[in-house]
Amino acid sequence: MTDIAAHPSHFHAEHGDEHHDADHKPAFFQRWFMSTNHKDIGTLYLIFAICAGIIGGTISGMMRVELAHPGIQYLGKWYEFFHGAGTADQAHHFWNVLVTAHGLIMVFFMVMPAMIGGFGNWFVPIMIGAPDMAFPRMNNISFWLLIPSFTLLLGSTFFSGGTGPGAGIGWTAYAPLSTSGSPGPAVDMAILSLHLAGASSILGAINFITTILNMRAPGMTLHKMPLFAWSVLVTAFLLLLALPVLAAAITMLLTDRNFGTTFYDASGGGDPILYQHLFWFFGHPEVYIMILPGFGMVSHIISTFSKKPIFGYLGMAYAMVAIGVVGFVVWAHHMFTTGMAVDTKMYFTAATMVIAVPTGIKIFSWIATMWGGSLSFKTPMVWAIGFIFMFTVGGVTGVLLANGGIDNYFQDTYYVVAHFHYVLSLGAVFSLFAGFYYWFPKMSGRMYNEVLGQLHFWIFFIGVNILFFPMHFLGLQGMPRRYPDYPNAFEHWNTIATDGYFIMAISMVIFFVNVIYSLVAGPKAPANPWGEGATTLEWTLPSPPPYHQFEQLPRID
Amino acid sequence: MIRVLKTIRGTVLAMLMGLAALGAQPAFAQAEPSVQTVTPHPGTPTPSPTPPVVAGKPGDIVHIAPTPGVGMPTDKISLQPQVTPIGGEAQWFHDVILVPMMAIISVFVLILLIWVIIRYNARANPTPSHTHHNTVIEIIWTLVPVIILVCIAVPSIRLLAHQYSPPKADLTVKAIGNQWYWTYQYPDDGDFEVVSNMLKEPGEATGKEKPRTDADGPRLLAVDERMVVPEGAVVKVITTSNDVIHSWAVPAFWVKMDAVPGRLNETWFKAPDHPGVYFGQCSELCGARHAFMPIAVEVVTKAQFAQWVAYKGGTLPGAKGASNPDATAGSPATEGKPAAGPVAATPAIAGTTDKPATTSQPAVAQN
Repeated sequence: MTDIAAHPSHFHAEHGDEHHDADHKPAFFQRWFMSTNHKDIGTLYLIFAICAGIIGGTISGMMRVELAHPGIQYLGKWYEFFHGAGTADQAHHFWNVLVTAHGLIMVFFMVMPAMIGGFGNWFVPIMIGAPDMAFPRMNNISFWLLIPSFTLLLGSTFFSGGTGPGAGIGWTAYAPLSTSGSPGPAVDMAILSLHLAGASSILGAINFITTILNMRAPGMTLHKMPLFAWSVLVTAFLLLLALPVLAAAITMLLTDRNFGTTFYDASGGGDPILYQHLFWFFGHPEVYIMILPGFGMVSHIISTFSKKPIFGYLGMAYAMVAIGVVGFVVWAHHMFTTGMAVDTKMYFTAATMVIAVPTGIKIFSWIATMWGGSLSFKTPMVWAIGFIFMFTVGGVTGVLLANGGIDNYFQDTYYVVAHFHYVLSLGAVFSLFAGFYYWFPKMSGRMYNEVLGQLHFWIFFIGVNILFFPMHFLGLQGMPRRYPDYPNAFEHWNTIATDGYFIMAISMVIFFVNVIYSLVAGPKAPANPWGEGATTLEWTLPSPPPYHQFEQLPRID
Repeated sequence: MIRVLKTIRGTVLAMLMGLAALGAQPAFAQAEPSVQTVTPHPGTPTPSPTPPVVAGKPGDIVHIAPTPGVGMPTDKISLQPQVTPIGGEAQWFHDVILVPMMAIISVFVLILLIWVIIRYNARANPTPSHTHHNTVIEIIWTLVPVIILVCIAVPSIRLLAHQYSPPKADLTVKAIGNQWYWTYQYPDDGDFEVVSNMLKEPGEATGKEKPRTDADGPRLLAVDERMVVPEGAVVKVITTSNDVIHSWAVPAFWVKMDAVPGRLNETWFKAPDHPGVYFGQCSELCGARHAFMPIAVEVVTKAQFAQWVAYKGGTLPGAKGASNPDATAGSPATEGKPAAGPVAATPAIAGTTDKPATTSQPAVAQN
């Protein structure tokens, strides 16, 4: 390790000779369209994720409005707006398109680009004391692959997907609904979109692994590396190992659809369940890909605003490694009702529950970090504390769902929807907002407005809990997922959930007002606005950091 | 992973074999007295002239009204009332073990958070400590969750074991998913078939479609032809599909089993000891009308069941001794073998070919 850490000082010398002016920025087009700068690419990722989040969030609003009351109220009108007059079946198909688009957009185009592409790009090189990512041009193509990918996905809604336009196959794209069940180009476009997004993520993962393993500043051993860098390192390995499996699975979908193969078609010797195994072998690590960088961010924020070093640093780092490793051997708990053998179910039940142990270590270590600290409740801190509690709630319902015998009731009900929105929409998204407020002064050079930030948190917190908590009750009564209409008994909690959506939406308006106001008129941010608790390297640089940082590599003792 | 897949395939095959063996034995022995009650009914002959009568009134023989709040969702904050032994055990596990566990852990974390917020905010505690390590506490918070998980795992594994050791089945019903309705075949009872479609609302039903009434069940749950089973019977349900994956689910029975094209999945439930209607909904995304292919199981007395079977043109096992063994054995086992593994021949499952002579075509054709 020391050997590797010595290398960057070599290229530092050459680097310094080429650029005398550290803040020399290229012209607009070159800077933003041909970028090789990790901070600019990180900014592009964040802008992209915000745009995708607005689209994905609008789609969830459409779904919540439709679900507010039993019966079909708006689907037909929306269908007419997008595609002209259609049948009831086409309107129902449009519902499935919305469900699919919401899932894919939020996973592949909002959470992942924001966490890994956005904050990962911005802060991993700075935190490890590196001048940039290992492969700056590959970094650029990682980002730009997302644009055609997203365009393909959005464009697919205007091409035939079977019953109606668009891919109505769910984000899981189970065969044979996604093969023989959905003729027309829409599903092919969605599959290609996933291929591109996957390729983008694999390239990004290679870049992060290389950067973190080779470009840490002299003296920064892995065991001194900040936890956010640890979390991105683990995430990058998960991406590298999981995404090729997704690529293989959906390539076989493509050949089943277009070239007469029968990988997932029983009448030709294939098996639809094979697809589910391949998908979830990717899909389960994917959920940790979406949360691990959040763990890293929350660790920094809790430590900073407690003015204490993180409690149990090594336990925290290796808990993430453990979650990553075990995350690869639990996938079939998503498939408990597909007709599995009892031994298989018992194994996947037990293995899944094991994940609760490292997760518990993390929760308790965060609380122990605060214990004895001197806490200040700035906006990033309240988001991080909210994250800890909400993630705990999502975690314990996960333990419930881990039980194979229980899933005969809960599989594919709103209980599952509630569970994964607690860990994602209240877990991952809370950590994203925490990270955004934490690093906003560093990235923009301006302070956000504290009052608006607190307001955003509290209204969002209340809104999403009213939105998602009643879904547990719906699931307890057996309401299935992905339904545009439901028996009248489900109306009560659905109406309340929709009210929660609007409360949440109000808070998002506050967020955007805050961002725009702060970018334009926010007070200038000092290098370290958070005081003695903020100890990682990004706070040693001015806000915003120079175009090229660490002309002189920092030395870690 | 390949090994896991193979294990799964192997088990499915083994299940098919077991199924064949079970089916070969005379099932549903208790039905004998009720067979006697059927025979005097002259209105349900097997040959031919009845179809129009049958088609017009599916409610003639049995069509009991559901009990409000049972076998259907309500807006209560609880599981649906469970009416099977497995459902009872699972409900106990959920209500007594899992929910308290979740509540205690969540409240514990919440209390800790509130405590640190009150006790260690900057005003209350201006100088932070610099503790960053405590081996004892770290070992405790690793081991205590392990113990909690073991306490959960024991009843969980027991529940699984019970779910996978069904008593001898009295009746086999094959539930076949289609876009977007269910068909039910009764291989033990003359292999007749009923097609189950959702009933539309009075304003929406067109032409000859029968609109829903409250006696049929709640909106989006009521169907024209229910799956009928006798009270107290252990019912083996074989699920499969003719097109995409569906999932056959009845929450009140704690049953959910995917219907996968090319596979025969087996599950079971013990019908309650009294008549009733229990509803469920398709639980795997299957296309445009995914939300509109409900499941309704009607539990009736043995006499009513016998009557219903005869009405559908079937024959109870025992009534015609010779025809019944191959009815069950014929379907899964012979189809499972040639296709090697779970890739059974889909067309045969649909029941369009190879009908035993006892099947009443009129009853099948009525739908």
